[in-house]
Amino acid sequence: MLIKTKKNYQLSENEVTAEPVYHDRRQVLKKMGYLGAGTLLAQSASANPLDFFSNKPDKVFAQRALSFQPAGESSQIWTPEAKVTTHNNFYEFGTNKSDPVENAQGFNVNPWQLSISGEVDKPYTLGYDDLFTRFDLEERIYRLRCVEAWSMVIPWIGFSLAEVIKKAAPNSRAKYVAFETLYDPKQMPGQASRRLGGGVQYPYVEGLRIDEAMNPLTLLSVGLYGKTLPAQNGAPIRLVVPWKYGFKSIKSIVSIKLVEKKPPTSWNILAANEYGFYANVNPEVDHPRWSQASERRITSGGLFARNRIATLPFNGYGEDVADMYKNMDLKVNY
Amino acid sequence: MVANKTTLKSVFLENRVLLLKITIHLMSLLPLVALYLLAFDDQLGADPVKEVIHFTGMGGFNLLLLSLLIMPLAKKYRQAYLLQVRRLLGLYSFTYAVCHLLSFLAFEVQFDLTLFFNEIIDRPYITVGVGAFIILLSLAFTSLNSLKRSMGKSWQKLHNWVYLAVLLIALHYFWSVKSGLFDPGMYAVITVFLLSLRREKFKRWFKK
Ligand code: HEM
Repeated sequence: MLIKTKKNYQLSENEVTAEPVYHDRRQVLKKMGYLGAGTLLAQSASANPLDFFSNKPDKVFAQRALSFQPAGESSQIWTPEAKVTTHNNFYEFGTNKSDPVENAQGFNVNPWQLSISGEVDKPYTLGYDDLFTRFDLEERIYRLRCVEAWSMVIPWIGFSLAEVIKKAAPNSRAKYVAFETLYDPKQMPGQASRRLGGGVQYPYVEGLRIDEAMNPLTLLSVGLYGKTLPAQNGAPIRLVVPWKYGFKSIKSIVSIKLVEKKPPTSWNILAANEYGFYANVNPEVDHPRWSQASERRITSGGLFARNRIATLPFNGYGEDVADMYKNMDLKVNY
Repeated sequence: MVANKTTLKSVFLENRVLLLKITIHLMSLLPLVALYLLAFDDQLGADPVKEVIHFTGMGGFNLLLLSLLIMPLAKKYRQAYLLQVRRLLGLYSFTYAVCHLLSFLAFEVQFDLTLFFNEIIDRPYITVGVGAFIILLSLAFTSLNSLKRSMGKSWQKLHNWVYLAVLLIALHYFWSVKSGLFDPGMYAVITVFLLSLRREKFKRWFKK
């Protein structure tokens, strides 16, 4: 007799980790305190068998609470804040996932300048305080799918990129949007050393087609878990494009420029055959290094967490975005 | 006092192989136990699975390189006793490799065998890793003294495959990283250096 059982990756999100704690917003908020559990885990995370002698300074990047329109109830299990803030690909602060939380605590983001320029009639610049006051802040629970086949669910706070762009009144030549991360090798050790920075050309640059940029899902985030962004997550402002692999969601942005031609993008420059311009989450197109058919959802739980789930086209956001690509061969435009 | 000192020293010298072996046991086993305890308890960063695969991979590679360093060291400094810990290092390298493979199977692909075999076929870096693993497996299996005796000359022949294994592991590491080739590059240099110390041996093979 054949007994049919569900494969691990066929489990729905709710079944993956039975940790009701992460369902209950109020409890999460209560637990969060001001600095959150992030610093706690950051310390235990470095309790690595190789780290007997490391003695890191206790400097902590300051975060403050934000007021924002909370997201509606969602059934998704959030990735614990402590994990969201200690598992980062932010090569400007080192290539290991735990490097940014260790190396970015002294990152100075105030003053900040974000310029919106290029093919627009009204270019303008946002200062540090403007980032939190010029646009209405809202919370959005998004899945983040990394090209390395892991994923998280994160409560971001921010505003639509579309609002920011509209304010600058783009002209008809604005076909693409080019983004740039801060270039400051003094503050960002990965930019100062090829070894630490993983051989990426800095500053990090990314780009979107104008329709992708104007899609209501595309978020400029200034916070997560109720507070301003930690340095390691791309403070003070970063992009979040939930239907694309994480590397498109550029961090610590200083420039948003509307342009006529498709702009260069960092990972595509490094390895064009592995990372395309579009980088839409697509279970049918494997990366040479990782199968993209399934992913490990990082929630709570140690080694035994059964967290492998199927990857959805466009990371499950197809309803809102698939139309933009309907005449394109996504196997070629990966 | 002087007499006392010499006895201490001689006790140490008589037992140096034992002491060395105890050190190797502790240095190999304790981190491994700590690693899994922390990982099961979710105390190893956000993604304990990656951490475990990384640590066991690096540990296995380091131990294999160490085992390959023994012969040149023993020759250069005429310390033949060192050769007695070579097998132990090799076996621990294999132990780490077993943990590495099982962790990949159990925690990364989570017993999805289709995915497991597809990964072996589709990812050159994993294909190469499996090749290295099969070599280490056969070396570990034939490391018993009784087998060694009964195998005679073919034992040495089989164990020469360790040179291919270490090259495959260096390649496996090199191909597995996403960017930043400095660390795997350093390891490749060390690997090639250790092999170059054996060039006379390799030359002899090719002359035949
Ligand atoms: C048996 C088959 C093997 C499989 C399936 C396997 C699988 C893997 C995987 C999945 C990774 C992580 C790549 C990533 O970062 O995503 C890795 C890395 C690595 N493996 Fe293996 N491996 C195998 C054999 C070996 C052996 C025999 C050794 C050496 C003793 C080894 C040493 C390493 C090293 C040094 C790394 C790099 C560590 C890192 O950067 O995280 N592997 N392997």
